[in-house]
Amino acid sequence: MRTVCAAAQASLLKSIQQNVATKQQSAVEVTQAYLQQLKSVEGQVHSFLTVNEEHALAQAAAVDAAIARGEAAGPLAGVPIAIKDSICTAGLRTTAGSRVLDSYLPPFDATAVARLKAAGAVLIGKTNLDEFCMGSSTENSAYQVTRNPWDTARVPGGSSGGSAAAVAARQCAAALGSDTGGSIRQPAHFCGVVGLKPSYGRISRFGLIAYGSSLDCIGPLTHSVEDAARLLNVMAGPDSSDATCSKEAVPDFTAQLQPVDAVADKCLAGLRVGLISQTIGEGVAPGVMAAVNGALQHLQQLGAEVEEVSLPTFDLGLPAYYVLALSEASSNLSRYDGVRYGQRASDDAAARDLRHMYANTRGAGLGPEVKRRILMGSYALSAGYYDAYYKRAQQVRTLVQQELQAALQQYDVLLCPTAPTPAYKIGEKNCDPLAMYKGDLMTININLAGLPAVTVPCGFTEEAGVQLPVGVQFVGRMFEEASLLRVAHVYEQTAGVAGSAQPQVVAGREQLVAA
Amino acid sequence: MGRRAAAAAAPAAAAAAADTSVAQEYEAVIGIETHVQLLTRTKAFCSCPNQYGDEPNTNICPVCMGHPGSLPMLNQEAVNLAIRAGIALNANIARRSKFDRKQYFYADLPKGYQISQYDVPVCSAGFLEVDTPEGVKRFGITRAHLEEDAGKNVHGGADSLSGSSHTLVDFNRAGVPLLEIVSEPDMRSARDAAAYGAELRRICRFLGISDGNMAEGSMRCDVNVSVRPKGQEQFGTKVEVKNMNSFSNMQKAIEFEIERQVSLLQAGRGAEVVQETRLWDEGRQETSSMRTKEGLADYRYFPEPDLPDLEIMEQQIEQVKASMAELPVAKRERYLSLGLPKADVLILADELATADFFDAAMAAGAPAKAAANWIMGDIMAACKERKMGMDGLAITPGALAEMIALIEGGTISGKIAKDVLPRLLDGEGNAGVKAFVEKEGLVQISDESAVEAMVDAVLAANPNQLAQYCSGKTKLAGFFTGQVMKESAGRVNPGLMNKILMKKLAAAAAAAAEAA
Repeated sequence: MRTVCAAAQASLLKSIQQNVATKQQSAVEVTQAYLQQLKSVEGQVHSFLTVNEEHALAQAAAVDAAIARGEAAGPLAGVPIAIKDSICTAGLRTTAGSRVLDSYLPPFDATAVARLKAAGAVLIGKTNLDEFCMGSSTENSAYQVTRNPWDTARVPGGSSGGSAAAVAARQCAAALGSDTGGSIRQPAHFCGVVGLKPSYGRISRFGLIAYGSSLDCIGPLTHSVEDAARLLNVMAGPDSSDATCSKEAVPDFTAQLQPVDAVADKCLAGLRVGLISQTIGEGVAPGVMAAVNGALQHLQQLGAEVEEVSLPTFDLGLPAYYVLALSEASSNLSRYDGVRYGQRASDDAAARDLRHMYANTRGAGLGPEVKRRILMGSYALSAGYYDAYYKRAQQVRTLVQQELQAALQQYDVLLCPTAPTPAYKIGEKNCDPLAMYKGDLMTININLAGLPAVTVPCGFTEEAGVQLPVGVQFVGRMFEEASLLRVAHVYEQTAGVAGSAQPQVVAGREQLVAA
Repeated sequence: MGRRAAAAAAPAAAAAAADTSVAQEYEAVIGIETHVQLLTRTKAFCSCPNQYGDEPNTNICPVCMGHPGSLPMLNQEAVNLAIRAGIALNANIARRSKFDRKQYFYADLPKGYQISQYDVPVCSAGFLEVDTPEGVKRFGITRAHLEEDAGKNVHGGADSLSGSSHTLVDFNRAGVPLLEIVSEPDMRSARDAAAYGAELRRICRFLGISDGNMAEGSMRCDVNVSVRPKGQEQFGTKVEVKNMNSFSNMQKAIEFEIERQVSLLQAGRGAEVVQETRLWDEGRQETSSMRTKEGLADYRYFPEPDLPDLEIMEQQIEQVKASMAELPVAKRERYLSLGLPKADVLILADELATADFFDAAMAAGAPAKAAANWIMGDIMAACKERKMGMDGLAITPGALAEMIALIEGGTISGKIAKDVLPRLLDGEGNAGVKAFVEKEGLVQISDESAVEAMVDAVLAANPNQLAQYCSGKTKLAGFFTGQVMKESAGRVNPGLMNKILMKKLAAAAAAAAEAA
């Protein structure tokens, strides 16, 4: 009997799927075990906004029934997956962390969710996030503050903090997040899990509640690189409901992921790795840098050639990102007006005329960070400012993109920390929006360029006597997730970090959940 | 025909009179923005039916309702119709254009923005030529761009917005594809504007771009009107006039607006002409201010990130070209080349259903002039009476052609044809007009001996009249003609009968003279 949190397990999803497919364990049993774990730690972690208990068990029963009928088990048969609450699930409350969508029931499944379901996955619940994905700590949720499973006094990161915490706390086998400027990778780093942001357009955005449409990506948060590849396999590919979804051919992303015992000594020989100069040095916590350096040394031992590469435009990305993302957000959030769905202000003034109905609905339904971003985005798009802000930012975006692409001609992968610090204390930064924005420096340029990137645990740093995880970020070429994941997988399977320690909330509970 | 043409010209003449009073000192400058609902099967960005008049909020989905997470997918048919319009309007078709978001809040606008095209429209720099009594005029087309329609607010509890207690929104129209066609400020009279609008509608209808129904709102014209002293180059302050549901209303609204502005200028109150939107009130026959300071509206346009650039390939344009129906102007030229008078041509080529009927009748062998006369005469009268287009009649163009052939071949008389046409219009002759008239016993009697026998019988039955005739009362020839017609129930071949009758009467008269 293995445990859910088995050390350096290449693929938890594969073992669950195989158990279910071969009837060693029913999907219902797996789901029940995860639901039990979910509930037992939820009081400490607060990662879920909605637990889908009844439907999850029904879905699991349906998976079991299909297998009993002799139907082929799907690639995710019986795998309990949590979905970030910015991703629409048909008939299952989806709030985007906002009061304005408090009791909103989407009429359709996001394409990514529909594909997970078709593959046999069980939707265990909807996870907490910063309201409309606007934040880096999940403190901007209108509902609750999610705690970091490694230290419940700290944030899980954000905006996919609920998903990262839920995976780390073993409340689900894997989770979906969304990443506009680092919202999958940064919480993966804070919570010690794997977070993959695929190339822009690799996974359909249909059903992802839009924040910055030209940057938004759905991606997995998992226990291993192979698990991320398995989820990507299921979700990737063209979609007739999303015009920005790529028609690029979808390879088997697990094909290049060899078992660890088949990995040769110098298996990364010839691999050219570029360490982005602008992401190291001043401003990066020593513990983070030490862990990243450890990863670099390990890659070198595997035969990779590591060099520093300087990207002079790197620092320009942050302001450009905030202009573009917020401009798009100000427009994307206009639809929350109380007319057709969601919460509507019903006070006397709102009942009097349309203007007051709008003002009071949005005034009450949207949180302070969301309002701040709508204001900034509206300002940037205003007549007379468009050229100075939006247009300029687009030009910067092109430069950043060109420079990253040029570097990826020279190097097979680029490497950098995911964020300058490990998880910080709840309340530490949320009173200083600018400091919070700066934490996105290492991830946002990747979104501006649309490139795929994966964060993989690479070590720990001690802060105030607590071990906190650190994740290193690998950046790949456009639509070359397969080779990016191969490098990340080899690193993960040989570095001895994954599974070497357990978060506070699951310590001592390893045996609770069998898989 | 002459009468019809004169009737058609009458309102134009009245308008010309109105224009001349203004024309003495001032000149109007008019430009028109026309929103045309495209005749696609489905909406612009989702697969909901594009269907007017259905139960409110039945043709809606998460996309056109702006639900969270929904995304637009461009309807290629809308693009093809835009290309078609661009070609018809002699415009440049952008090989690469893009969509933008036009942002404002209104209850009928689900997403809080309208997907439109801002700085790179799909069509630009075209023109449209209009046949006016003063000759052919060319009006520039600045641009035509694709966008989506909004829903429709229905105010409840009162007849108009003011005083209404609540508002209901019908989103069936939300997301219907529109082509906004913007003209240059090239028109100088209300008549010009109406002629431009009518030709634009004709193009839309003939090419299947839109049904151009102003009353249902599938074609909506916003008119920009300004006036300036003649000879002045600089434009006056322009006023936008909306809410006209027909071209005659549009013409009246423009005339009213020109007069209003000119009177203000003449009274030295030019400052009171302000940039504003005014609504035409059909009941009161005047325009009234809806909102001012429009220059301040900031739509915060930016490129639509949910849609890739709109790329149009050469091949796609060629395909659209190849599938294009005949333009109204080409139709008119073709009809003129058949030798038809211009007045006829303008009538026949005004409505597509009429032109199609006429063309099909000719294809079935009908001579142009005869077909034109029947169509413009009895058939149009029937359409008017039945309040339907020519495509609403049951008669086939082939039946009309056959009827004309039967007249020309002497099988039926023109009189019989006129009598029998109402039944043919109901489709009774569609299986063969000849068989129908034979069955009904309406075939003309052209057999010489039969006609002779009938004439003899009539002469024999009316000895007194015959005697009078023979004594010099030759006017009585008409009496005999009528009698024979009556006896034959109108079926006798009039030419033949006349020839035989005259011969017999002459013989009788000669015999009487000899006897005397």
